[in-house]
Amino acid sequence: MSDEEVARSAAPTTPAGDLPGGSAAAPARGLHEPPERDITDGGPDMVQFLDSEGRRVPLTDVNSPYASFLDELGPDDLRGMLRDLILVRRVDSEGFALQRQGELGLWPSLLGQEAAQVGPGRAMRTQDYAFPGYREHGVAWCKGVPPENLLGMFRGVNHGGWDSNENNFHLYTIVIGNQMLHAVGYAMGVQRDGDVATGDPDRDTAVMAFTGDGGTSQGDYNEALVFAAVANAPVVFYVQNNHWAISEPNDRQFRVPPYRRADGFGFPGVRVDGNDVLASYAVSRAALERARSGEGPTLVEAFTYRMGAHTTSDDPTKYRISAEVDIWKAKDPIDRMTKYLTAEGLVDQAWLDAVAAEADELAKRIRHACQTMPNPPHSEMFEHVYADPHPLVEREAAEFAAYMAGFED
Amino acid sequence: MTSTTSAPATSTAQRTTIAKALNAGMRAAMERDPKVLLMGEDIGKLGGVFRITEGLQKDFGEDRVIDAPLAESGIVGTAVGLALRGYRPVVEIQFDGFVYPAFDHIVSQVAKMHYRSQGKLRLPMVIRIPYGGGIGAVEHHSESNESYFAHTAGLRVVTVSTTDDAYWMMQQAIASDDPVIFYEPKRRYHERGVLDLGGATPDLADAPMGLHEAAVRHEGTDVTVLTYGPMVKVALAAAQAAELEDGPSIEVVDLRSLSPLDTEVIEASVNKTGRCITLSEAQTFTSIHGELAAHVQQHCFYHLEAPVLRVGGVNIPYPPSRHEEVFLPDLDRVLHAVDTVLSY
Repeated sequence: MSDEEVARSAAPTTPAGDLPGGSAAAPARGLHEPPERDITDGGPDMVQFLDSEGRRVPLTDVNSPYASFLDELGPDDLRGMLRDLILVRRVDSEGFALQRQGELGLWPSLLGQEAAQVGPGRAMRTQDYAFPGYREHGVAWCKGVPPENLLGMFRGVNHGGWDSNENNFHLYTIVIGNQMLHAVGYAMGVQRDGDVATGDPDRDTAVMAFTGDGGTSQGDYNEALVFAAVANAPVVFYVQNNHWAISEPNDRQFRVPPYRRADGFGFPGVRVDGNDVLASYAVSRAALERARSGEGPTLVEAFTYRMGAHTTSDDPTKYRISAEVDIWKAKDPIDRMTKYLTAEGLVDQAWLDAVAAEADELAKRIRHACQTMPNPPHSEMFEHVYADPHPLVEREAAEFAAYMAGFED
Repeated sequence: MTSTTSAPATSTAQRTTIAKALNAGMRAAMERDPKVLLMGEDIGKLGGVFRITEGLQKDFGEDRVIDAPLAESGIVGTAVGLALRGYRPVVEIQFDGFVYPAFDHIVSQVAKMHYRSQGKLRLPMVIRIPYGGGIGAVEHHSESNESYFAHTAGLRVVTVSTTDDAYWMMQQAIASDDPVIFYEPKRRYHERGVLDLGGATPDLADAPMGLHEAAVRHEGTDVTVLTYGPMVKVALAAAQAAELEDGPSIEVVDLRSLSPLDTEVIEASVNKTGRCITLSEAQTFTSIHGELAAHVQQHCFYHLEAPVLRVGGVNIPYPPSRHEEVFLPDLDRVLHAVDTVLSY
């Protein structure tokens, strides 16, 4: 790298969102010259209610359309948000530790993205349905999926240890982008069931689809936006732009930020500070209510950062500079919410200590559940390949059982 | 059903085409179950490029017969979501060679949803694919890609060769709680046969055969031809030609289901004749042909008088249509193979 390149990659840069007139026109550049990357500043369009210091951002033209959703929140709601952030981080750190201890084969960490997930997670109603990728542990938490149930697939005992219809939280989807279309199809079913725009808050239903910045490159993601727009489906696309798709920075995924691409599909796009739980909650509420009331899809881009590795398998020190990580450390979602609620007199050290103790208990529970999770009997691998009997599977299961029975215990 | 000729007044049997029988099968399923809906490109007003869904949007509305954006992954991917919501989507892939954008969804999601959910989720959906050549089409319109899907656990793969099967198997596929890849032999769409609707109010219990049973279409004693879909007609023509010339007695087994295979019928036939030919349009390399040949050699070894021969497309991309005549197996190639297995 030349000195100039080093300087540019480390320094805050002009947001791509500042391109004049919303045009996608970009300055000419060489094949290997990266576009200027918006790594630290979400730009003037980003909805924010809490700044990095935990101070309430004054009302502006950008955030005021969402402010009323915060007015509805009482002290318990605000404390509940912070509690969720803290416990979700602990779920994640326990998952990471269990992988390092050899209890899990893999763990995709959500470190840094807690607010980006707790915001929409708390904004969803019971009847709303979530279609996650595989990093949405915080959404799972808010939807009531026991965190230990998330471990099965990473431990290798199952492909998803929860009933999606129990908490309206679909199984994790590993192939990037597939779930975006599932969400739209589900939302089309919601429409056909008449569960939109009835005015009944317990009936009107929205669907929320989660992916990352890498996911926005997939054909499925773009087809999902087309299908949702055409059907006016009650779906919220929620992109966690955490800036990295394994080792690829998001300038390898797009030249125009995700929220601005929504316009081309014919529905609104909003960029929200994904490290600000109040903002991600309020923007999600607005988008969900829009969907439930029959006004169609919304694209929300949560501008956030993946503080850890993509999964426990990779090494981010190989592909990103520590200065970038340090900049985002200062935007920590838990710190800023803690500062805000402390300043407001809504939490004190005793409360924080109690939540910390609760987190310790939760971690203990998860660890115990993981370590005592029984291996399924091998015969189980033949089950549920088909719903109806399938002679080939039945024959092979019988042959396998007979073969295994030939061994001494 | 619009085409009726010479049906006895007291019977529900009538002569009609495979295309109209497929249409009638979908109509019956939609009437029976309000959760059945259709989705695909051009299937509404146009009735599909082959008119298989003709009139259904008019009668069932745009919410149940959905003209989809032109995106196969989107069609199958959203059908997954519809099925998860409790619908029974029947999607149309316009041509065999257009299924590949949806391949990911079919093999990664459709096939595996029941398994990965440990049986908690079901994906009762049907993916209809007009397949095979012989219609003089341009490239990507004439492929026989059934092996890809039969290879994938979690999918059922079936194909029809008669009007009766078109009508009943369509309904059985829609009623199945498993995802079904439903191959339609496009060059046979307009061939007529007798269709017995089974009663004034068609009921699935009236179906003459199970979805996964193979049918012996022509009995014989000297050699078994295992075939399906568009090639059944070719096999029957070969059997009849041989019969007329006092040649070998050919047994024609219409597999109907490619996953699962009806191995009982296959083994019984080959054990009886001692000789076996596989016949389909698909290229032979790593195909249904190969699975059949392997199965027969493993399970019918002591009855075999000759190696199993595969008669199919040669192992090249589907050629320009002016070559179809020689690419696609015909009566002569079948009879040549029959002579060969009899020469051992």
